[in-house]
Amino acid sequence: MRVFRCMLVGLLLSFGAMTAARAQTVEIEYWQYVFEARIKAMDELIKRFQAANPTIKVKHTTFPYADYQTKIAAAMPAGQGPDVVQLFYGWLDNFVAAKFIQPLPHDVFPPAMIEKEFYGIVSAMKRNGEYYGLPTAVRSLGLFYNKNLFKEAGLDPANPPKTLDQFLDAAKKTTKRDASGNLLSEGVTLDFPGQDYHWWREVLLRQMGGAPYSADNRKVTYDSEAGVRALNYYADLQRVHKVGQVGFMDEGQAAFRAGRAAMTIDGTFRLGSFGGIKSFEWGVTELPASADGTRSNFASYWVNAITTRPTGAKLDAAKKFLAYLTSPEAMQVWLDTVGELPARKAVAETPQNLSHPIYAPFLKALAYSQATVFVDESAQRQVSLDMINRVLIQNQDAKASLAEAAKNEQAILDRFYKK
Amino acid sequence: MNASSSRVEAGTGARFAFSLRQKQVVWAWTFLAVPILFYALIRFYPTAEAFYLSVTNWNLLSKPDFIGLSNFERLFADPVFWKVFRNTVLYLAIGTPVSLLLSFTIAYHLDHVRFMHGFIRALYFLPFLTTAAAMAWVWRWFYQPVPIGFFNDVLVGFGLSQQPFLRSTTQALPSVLAPAIWAGLGFQVVIFLAGLRAIPATYYEAARIDGVSDLTILRRITLPLLKPTIIFLVVFSSIGFLRIFDQVYNMTSGDPGGPLNATKPLVLMIYQTAFSSFQMGYAAAQTVVLFIVLLAVSLLQLRLLRDR
Repeated sequence: MRVFRCMLVGLLLSFGAMTAARAQTVEIEYWQYVFEARIKAMDELIKRFQAANPTIKVKHTTFPYADYQTKIAAAMPAGQGPDVVQLFYGWLDNFVAAKFIQPLPHDVFPPAMIEKEFYGIVSAMKRNGEYYGLPTAVRSLGLFYNKNLFKEAGLDPANPPKTLDQFLDAAKKTTKRDASGNLLSEGVTLDFPGQDYHWWREVLLRQMGGAPYSADNRKVTYDSEAGVRALNYYADLQRVHKVGQVGFMDEGQAAFRAGRAAMTIDGTFRLGSFGGIKSFEWGVTELPASADGTRSNFASYWVNAITTRPTGAKLDAAKKFLAYLTSPEAMQVWLDTVGELPARKAVAETPQNLSHPIYAPFLKALAYSQATVFVDESAQRQVSLDMINRVLIQNQDAKASLAEAAKNEQAILDRFYKK
Repeated sequence: MNASSSRVEAGTGARFAFSLRQKQVVWAWTFLAVPILFYALIRFYPTAEAFYLSVTNWNLLSKPDFIGLSNFERLFADPVFWKVFRNTVLYLAIGTPVSLLLSFTIAYHLDHVRFMHGFIRALYFLPFLTTAAAMAWVWRWFYQPVPIGFFNDVLVGFGLSQQPFLRSTTQALPSVLAPAIWAGLGFQVVIFLAGLRAIPATYYEAARIDGVSDLTILRRITLPLLKPTIIFLVVFSSIGFLRIFDQVYNMTSGDPGGPLNATKPLVLMIYQTAFSSFQMGYAAAQTVVLFIVLLAVSLLQLRLLRDR
């Protein structure tokens, strides 16, 4: 009996100690989507953060990408869900409208600091003068090229094309067809559902003198002369110059990996997959500039935001965690593990990064990149896909196809901004 | 003995004197009650909820507001909806007759085969067991242009020109339908075989004695006696084709619904409206339309095929 009583006292004491310790520990929850490298990077960051902040515990929860938005949308109104959440920058309007996330507190995240230290594309996170999220890393597009195919065609692999004319020339020289005219190896991949529709919207269009949307993002403005020129430039790659074919090898990245495409336009997210290529050497360069030297690029990013759930001690913990996630140290870890570029100019533009053969072209592009403000990314994407399909499959005139696409996309924008 | 035992039980004067037959009924209802309750909860309640949602404007992020029939008005004014509706009808109109014709031909001839009968039947049934997504991806690669596309390689080998298949607005729908038909063949072959076996051999013997030709036997004996099987398969495969999704989604994953909505069935439109655009009320309205279409088609088929 005495032994039992001692055990009971001991148990109660240790239990009391545990609860006392837990009463001082604050636990916050962080959500992101499932992607092996990102989970690994985040686990490492959480480990370092918890070591530096012993009273804060961070619970890391992930969901498959297809379910991710739905899970958040279901959990938040039910009072559950994360304290700090990662979201695609294009979802910001929906999340703000639904009151899922709160503006970043000025004491830890003053807008002046953000504007000075982060790349300009982060301004897409600003609504009514308040920043709602900050990225750890950003992604941009680059021109990947197959050095072996370049050498075979007599081009210099150390001097990839720099202008649109050189780009077209290189594509023509590296295209291979068989005796009946069937394509065997293309000069450049044509994959609108991949990144090409960003290339058209934010790069080619601007290089031809146009702009996709008005300054307040509420009006579609690509229905112009510049738009026609940009769309024709892209479509002519298949129709006139025959340096590529939509659907060749099913997907652009598959054609490039198989060594059947000399060039492809893709983003930093492809680096992990292309890193496994063993059958040939490849390189990256900045997207080709127009004849008058205009350069543009498309950047996208996932931001970390504080949800409307945490208050008091949890809010302080969330602020500390978010500050750490967007610190230079975290960005370096993310660069090394995930391969995405740091969102802070100082961390990105180190001499080491700027001379890195793979990262440098992407980093340099951040200085002149645009991040499209989407209101319904999948619907707007579909409008672009239908536009190019009407031109290439139904042989519709580019001007007419643009007009129809502009009308459809304007309807989407109107429906959103009318709310 | 049952009757006497029930009389004995009644005779003992117990308050709730059920006959044995009544007791069996009570037991049956007791066992059925749990699944019925469960089924009502997971089937009928969400269906009723979907009907309710179809008259609201719920978008997951805010509370649903009643908006009357405006979701349906918007739906019927949307040209994409009519294209999608036409696609769904085409899937049914091409899929069901072709698959039934093919599977009956296979079953009829397989019935006469003795050697390796079981093995051949298993081979036909295998695609039915395969995951639709895996099959869709393999067929997707078959449809690619030269050099990786099997069909185009064969065409080019014969000196014919390549076909765009999934990249064409006219060929895309039949291309997507082909693996769906192929997958369903096995199941239909097996059911037809069972139906053929159920026909008593005496009819055939009598017909042969009378010197009737094979074709007449088929028309006058086999097919009429297979009517219940045919009815079952028509209804079953119609519902399947009207709800086609896996093959379409996987074969057109970069541009769901095929080039310019050429392959988009109603289910995919519902999926995109609900889970890409988060317009739950509008998506619920589309599911109500699909429900009515399925109900109408099934009832129509049952009525037409039964009354003849």
